[in-house]
Amino acid sequence: MAHTQPRLDLSPPISDEVRKTTCYMCACRCGINVHMKGGKVAYIEGNRDHPVNRGVLCAKGSAGIMQHNSPARLRAPLKRVGPRGSGQFEEISWDEALEIAAGWLEPLRKNAPEKLAFFTGRDQSQSFTSFWAQNFGTPNYAAHGGFCSVNMAAAGIYTMGGAFWEFGQPDWDHTKLFMLFGVAEDHDSNPIKMGIGKIKARGARVIGVNPIRTGYNAVADDWVGITPGTDGLFVLALVHVLLKAGKIDLDYLARYTNAPCLLIENPGGADHGLLLRDDAGKLLVKDRTSGDLVPFDTPGVRPDLTGTHVQNGQTSHTVMYKTVNRYLSEEYSPEAVADRCGIPASRIRAIAGEIARVAFDEAFEINQPWTDFRGERHEKMVGRPVSFHAMRGISAHANGFQTCRALHLLQIILGTVEVPGGFRFKPPYPKPVEAHPTPHRDVVPGKPLNGPHLGFVRGPDDLALEPDGSPSRIDKAFTWENPMSAHGLMHMVISNAHAGDPYKIDTLFMYMANMSWNSTMNTRGVIDMLTDTDETGEYVIPRIIYSDSYSSEMVAYADLILPDTTYLERHDCISLLDRPICEADAAADAIRWPVVEPDRPGHAGVRGFQTVLVQLANKLKLPGFTDEDGNPKYADYADYMVRHERRPGIGPLAGFRGEDGTDQGRGAPNPDQLDRYIENGSFFVAHVPEEGLYYKPWNKAYQDWAVGMGLYDSPQPFLFSLYVEPLRRFQLAAEGHGDRQPPDHLRERIKAQLDPLPIWYETDQQGNEGYTVTALTQRPMAMYHSWGSQNAWLRQIHGHNPLYVPTKLMRENGLKDGDWARVTSPHGEITVPVMEMAALNENTVWTWNAIGKRKGAWALEKDAPEVTRGFLLNHLIHELLPPRGDGLRWANSDPVTGQAAWFDLKVRIEKAAPPDGLSESHPATEPQVSPVGTGPEELEWKVGK
Amino acid sequence: MTDLPTTTERKLGLVIDLDTCVGCHACVISCKGWNTENYGAPLSDQNPYGADPSGTFLNRIHSYEVQPEAGAAQLVHFPKSCLHCEDAPCVTVCPTGASYKRVEDGIVLVNESDCIGCGLCAWACPYGAREMDQAEGVMKKCTLCIDRIYNGNLPEVDRVPACVRTCPAGARHFGDLGDPDSDVSRLVAERGGMDLMPEQGTKPVNKYLPPRPRDTVEEEIDILAPLLAPVTEEPGGFLGWLDRALDALPGGKS
Repeated sequence: MAHTQPRLDLSPPISDEVRKTTCYMCACRCGINVHMKGGKVAYIEGNRDHPVNRGVLCAKGSAGIMQHNSPARLRAPLKRVGPRGSGQFEEISWDEALEIAAGWLEPLRKNAPEKLAFFTGRDQSQSFTSFWAQNFGTPNYAAHGGFCSVNMAAAGIYTMGGAFWEFGQPDWDHTKLFMLFGVAEDHDSNPIKMGIGKIKARGARVIGVNPIRTGYNAVADDWVGITPGTDGLFVLALVHVLLKAGKIDLDYLARYTNAPCLLIENPGGADHGLLLRDDAGKLLVKDRTSGDLVPFDTPGVRPDLTGTHVQNGQTSHTVMYKTVNRYLSEEYSPEAVADRCGIPASRIRAIAGEIARVAFDEAFEINQPWTDFRGERHEKMVGRPVSFHAMRGISAHANGFQTCRALHLLQIILGTVEVPGGFRFKPPYPKPVEAHPTPHRDVVPGKPLNGPHLGFVRGPDDLALEPDGSPSRIDKAFTWENPMSAHGLMHMVISNAHAGDPYKIDTLFMYMANMSWNSTMNTRGVIDMLTDTDETGEYVIPRIIYSDSYSSEMVAYADLILPDTTYLERHDCISLLDRPICEADAAADAIRWPVVEPDRPGHAGVRGFQTVLVQLANKLKLPGFTDEDGNPKYADYADYMVRHERRPGIGPLAGFRGEDGTDQGRGAPNPDQLDRYIENGSFFVAHVPEEGLYYKPWNKAYQDWAVGMGLYDSPQPFLFSLYVEPLRRFQLAAEGHGDRQPPDHLRERIKAQLDPLPIWYETDQQGNEGYTVTALTQRPMAMYHSWGSQNAWLRQIHGHNPLYVPTKLMRENGLKDGDWARVTSPHGEITVPVMEMAALNENTVWTWNAIGKRKGAWALEKDAPEVTRGFLLNHLIHELLPPRGDGLRWANSDPVTGQAAWFDLKVRIEKAAPPDGLSESHPATEPQVSPVGTGPEELEWKVGK
Repeated sequence: MTDLPTTTERKLGLVIDLDTCVGCHACVISCKGWNTENYGAPLSDQNPYGADPSGTFLNRIHSYEVQPEAGAAQLVHFPKSCLHCEDAPCVTVCPTGASYKRVEDGIVLVNESDCIGCGLCAWACPYGAREMDQAEGVMKKCTLCIDRIYNGNLPEVDRVPACVRTCPAGARHFGDLGDPDSDVSRLVAERGGMDLMPEQGTKPVNKYLPPRPRDTVEEEIDILAPLLAPVTEEPGGFLGWLDRALDALPGGKS
């Protein structure tokens, strides 16, 4: 047949209209163009103007149309009619739902506000939800940071006023060596991919440190398949080699860190090891020129890294002196750590050498004058093109806080933070500990809490303890067990509430947290706690209210469901008061708005959760939401976003403020603000002036800009903390100083593990005898938490989660692909399908996170692979460490921050016959009734014809 | 059966960088979304919430482990879609002329109204790049987003295939591989771009850029070189060095 070709219309219309909003398929918060046809969502692509994603979009984002139309969407408020866990509900009206909720909450507020525990999960409105909880008066509020990555956040804030993830980013335009630590390939999803693509295109080197060689590590030029939990040791060996070779930035250390600060030498005294300060509390340094002891910010001072000071016959040395003495010790030499890290000493030295070469031999200058906080003018900015970033992996260990600190120490001694080519903060960071609140816990029935729940403790005085020393909070945050638990301990809430330790609660109120399934340790145990009854037949946790958009596993365990909208049906603000979307060059915030109205025909419908909180607050007449006469201040969340002021002129949204919409950061509320955001693509950007782009903690131009933007009210220059003094204050208490004393059983742990200089220690391995294999999870790039499995497109990519087993362990156990293995931990046992993987640490097994589902959830059919072969490692992880015979409940958490130590899990594997039924992973959980049925048998999705 | 054009005016295609593809599947889903809503029949999904979900995709990512003779195993992410071959066997095998290669740009397309769903083309394609849509009974394949790349309703910058526009790592490039001076041709020349299975004789237009060598840091860095030489071997001598180094700093004593 001769060649012929039809005539095609090469310019068909794309859509009727493009509505720009913000993605919520993960925490990355990219800008999206939602193409509409006939009032329906037809296609979603990235917004090219958006500061986060510049037009690109990941698989999740592009699959948003399937999430928005998911068959698992809830359709009406639900009241439980069967036993908890069964999934038996009746649909009720919104009036009835709010009446029930208010009826439960009102007496608590009047009599015992702490009996409400309000915890939110993947919440992007924490400044709002915390404001609600504060006005309710309960001390029991937090979001999910405690089981996510508080180690990273807290280590970063305490060390340098900001952390990885959305707090900062490598200088992608200048870096020449990028080192990425830790498993879990999420935060921040698209910017990391864009950055890696950009630097690889110009030949920069990427080194990946991760037991698993997938994703970013697959494209890394060099892969370090480290033994899980030893990252801190590896990093301190790099510090050792670099120090020994003098490959450190002395000028940077002297000017911008507390390395030249003097440590009080007074053994046995209450101030031993604290930093020397003047009467005004200012840190003191020795001026190398004059030899005088002067405040650190004295104009013209040359802080002396080797200074000493004699006081009461004792010689105080500098932080630098202590640092050098510690890390030059041979215990940190590559040879000493190699076996434990699973990295040959020669490789550690080679990596240290490459770091040193790039940092110092490839240093460069940018011709941009700037003025520092001491008033000194610098003609140039000096670049050290080595940058680091870390994912959740390194922090999800019980040594994670100190490991993250060690990594920051490495960055700082190289002088690579906030310099060209290094790691850069995103506004509103950097922000020193001193600029953050302390935790608040004072409960007065009927009144708001006396301040924000969460904060950064400076010492024992800031702990959330009752006069008798017992924990104020249900999660025991800010106690001697985990003093710096800046994000709370969501993973302990249900366990503690069930145990009545430290006290019983009445109502558990949760949002977007799948706590009966993949978002909890000890899944089976938690299910039992949620359904346990007391001697009177009442549930031990009397009432549970839950809000979710979808028919998740947690829905089945609530007594009242407040159904949320999809992300395309709602208002949201991604606020500078909360987790920002800023870039290093700019402050930015964003909104979501209903690009389609919620539509659940034949049902009572759904409401944005934040609007429901406003409605509840109005019903309860919460202060902050109502005036003196009890009249509501805000009609709904959109109204709050525009008119709420946290401080005069400072609201949830920084853009288009003032009466004419031209003010940035500070300004009167603008009634047209949301329209202006929508016109602008649903985001707002304010650029940092050129002179303020680097050296932000010390740069006058940046600090002045930040004050103008309302990020803080006065300049906040500060020194990076190689030595974290608040940790020392806890040690002093453990040594017996001060009125507030830790219980005796925690003294030694506090002395050892709250070291003010980074350390590495083996996590608690008690009970792990015979369990020698580390088991990890990673989140796939194309899935987010539990949400992905309801998505018809994404589940075709990640519908299965075999246990990936390294070649050596496959051989040793006689396993081949598709076989079943019994995986046992000190806590539990699962039987799961295996698959061999060679590019994997030889003593580590792993699987994809949150693919396994309970039968009846997520509108999946009962034979979906997620519910048959899919599994959770969570069954193997207990929220408590094995009992020690002391009658105490020891949390499986970091002793500094309380972060859930997911990745300390040790297992043993052996070949198993397929479990009963021959095709299902074990344990199989009994089905829940789906309140929404199951999805259709075929999709032919095309909204335009 | 169906003739190929003797020549094409351009050879539009993709250059896919295996050195930077992180395997995130962004291109897979962006393609699915665009081509469900646009050219021809939607890309359907069978059993989308059940036991063995199976939908039509025009682009898929496969991941392969590679074990070099020495050193650690590697993982390569390999996106695959129609390669718009110059000698496309899927066209010549077509009994109805539904499969054809465009003269203007070399894009291989299926005219769905002439497709009888016989499946011969999928059988003939050595790359497995064609998929029969089970709902519609027609053959689906990558169109290089022909309804985007010339589309006057799109801003010029967006007139690229959906997969290229969305790729976060910048691992996908689109252009005229028939023009030796085009950006994509230069990239192929610089990076040693390769044909997939050249022995099949299909002369694919799409090219793959191979991964750069991995795990070479130990070969490149001489750890005994002065780079890491200790500043002093004397016990306790480090602080002496530190003092001297501080004096050497601008504003120091010397």
